[in-house]
Amino acid sequence: MPKLLPLLEDVVKKPVWDCRMCGQCVLHSTGMTCPMTCPKTLRNGPCGGVREDGNCEVKPEMRCIWVKAEERSHSPLNPHLWEEEFNDLRPPVDNRLKGTSSWLNLATGRDRRTPAGWQGVARERHSAVPGASMVEIDEPTMLPEGFHS
Amino acid sequence: MSRLSTLIEEGTRPVVTAEFPSIDGGGLAAVEKAADELRPFVDAVNATDNPAAHAHASNTSIAIAMSQFGLEPIMQVVCRDKNRIAMQADIMGASLFGIENVACLTGDDVTAGDEPEARRVFDLDSTQLVKVASGLAEGYYLSGRAIKAPPNLFVGAVENPFAPPLDYRVLRALKKAEAGARFLQLQIGYYPERLEAFVRGCVDAGVTRTTALLPTVVLTKSAKALSFMDESVPGISIPANMIARVAGAGDKDAIAEESYQLTLELSRHALSLRGVSGIHLTDFRHDGSLERLVRDLGIGPAFDPVATATGTTSGTTSV
Ligand code: SF4
Repeated sequence: MPKLLPLLEDVVKKPVWDCRMCGQCVLHSTGMTCPMTCPKTLRNGPCGGVREDGNCEVKPEMRCIWVKAEERSHSPLNPHLWEEEFNDLRPPVDNRLKGTSSWLNLATGRDRRTPAGWQGVARERHSAVPGASMVEIDEPTMLPEGFHS
Repeated sequence: MSRLSTLIEEGTRPVVTAEFPSIDGGGLAAVEKAADELRPFVDAVNATDNPAAHAHASNTSIAIAMSQFGLEPIMQVVCRDKNRIAMQADIMGASLFGIENVACLTGDDVTAGDEPEARRVFDLDSTQLVKVASGLAEGYYLSGRAIKAPPNLFVGAVENPFAPPLDYRVLRALKKAEAGARFLQLQIGYYPERLEAFVRGCVDAGVTRTTALLPTVVLTKSAKALSFMDESVPGISIPANMIARVAGAGDKDAIAEESYQLTLELSRHALSLRGVSGIHLTDFRHDGSLERLVRDLGIGPAFDPVATATGTTSGTTSV
């Protein structure tokens, strides 16, 4: 099942939200607009280049995804449960999760794991392997395909 | 503590920052010349990081060179060209040379530059970078690896009060302030009412309690320059009546003068707002107008009663 999940997730989310399978989905908190479709992949709000008409600096024919997100976050059609999360500070993307199922990562909590420095703490000096404190892979299936090769 | 951070914290007078011209060769003499021109009139100057996605002498090298010539740098770091490892390394490296002021930017897209084929990085976004840079000053890298002797850093960012979604810009400023930004240089803007609403919003939301707002004004000398910014610079829009006002002023000299007057008005307005700590100047004229502007406004080191009395404006201050 875990192997099928990324596929299933892609099939469901790609057509609706143009999902990029970053593996750490924040759709619910961004007005159901995927920040990974922003050409700059900004997860914490719009860049300074948004055009006067609300379209994207990079793709003038596309509405800035953050303009869309901001509008949608107030829309009556959206789940409002998470509206207050809209302005949360979202952590840097864990590039290792690309291509994995965010559903699974949500279930295991893997998508919420961030480096110690992000949590504002200095790590123990003598960690055995460099970076060891953040690499705790519970499930080999969470690794992107080809990771082992 | 950087001089900029001290001035902002003391809050006894508006600070003046400016943009350093891009340097492409010419050795340190090129940096020295530009530094000499700016030094008497500004408190700190941005060492830009490949502005508008055009390659130039790097942010770190210019920041270090500037400080050697007695000009306090604000090192810009943009997220477009480097990943999180390289950006942390740049900030740490520059700090060895005493560079403390760091401005974190998203950066114009590669398509805005002359090498649109380039790979865009954006491994972190600007708000994340603010937090990561603040962490360095607290003694750890993003990984959590401890830094025994952490650098002194004065971390800031930029925000654009003039671009959509307008309602959201204050929240974004707040997010950056909460991530650790102690100053926000604001994008070039020609809508005083938008600036006013943004600054008021920032005061109400508590942004200005921790974070200094520095609106930007630009010195131009033609209506064409305004039209160019309006049409070609991402995130800048200029009302048609302002461009018409400058264009219709008369001959070339009259147009240059009208452009100056427009900048002076916008500067006065910005500085009159409660919550504004100073101003950021971008000079596209290079004809002495920057000096004229700080004189007309009566701000900056040249007009600092305390510093003038003690002789600290002579340019010998080093960082
Ligand atoms: S304008 Fe909007 S969608 Fe385009 S790069 Fe900027 S934030 Fe992303």
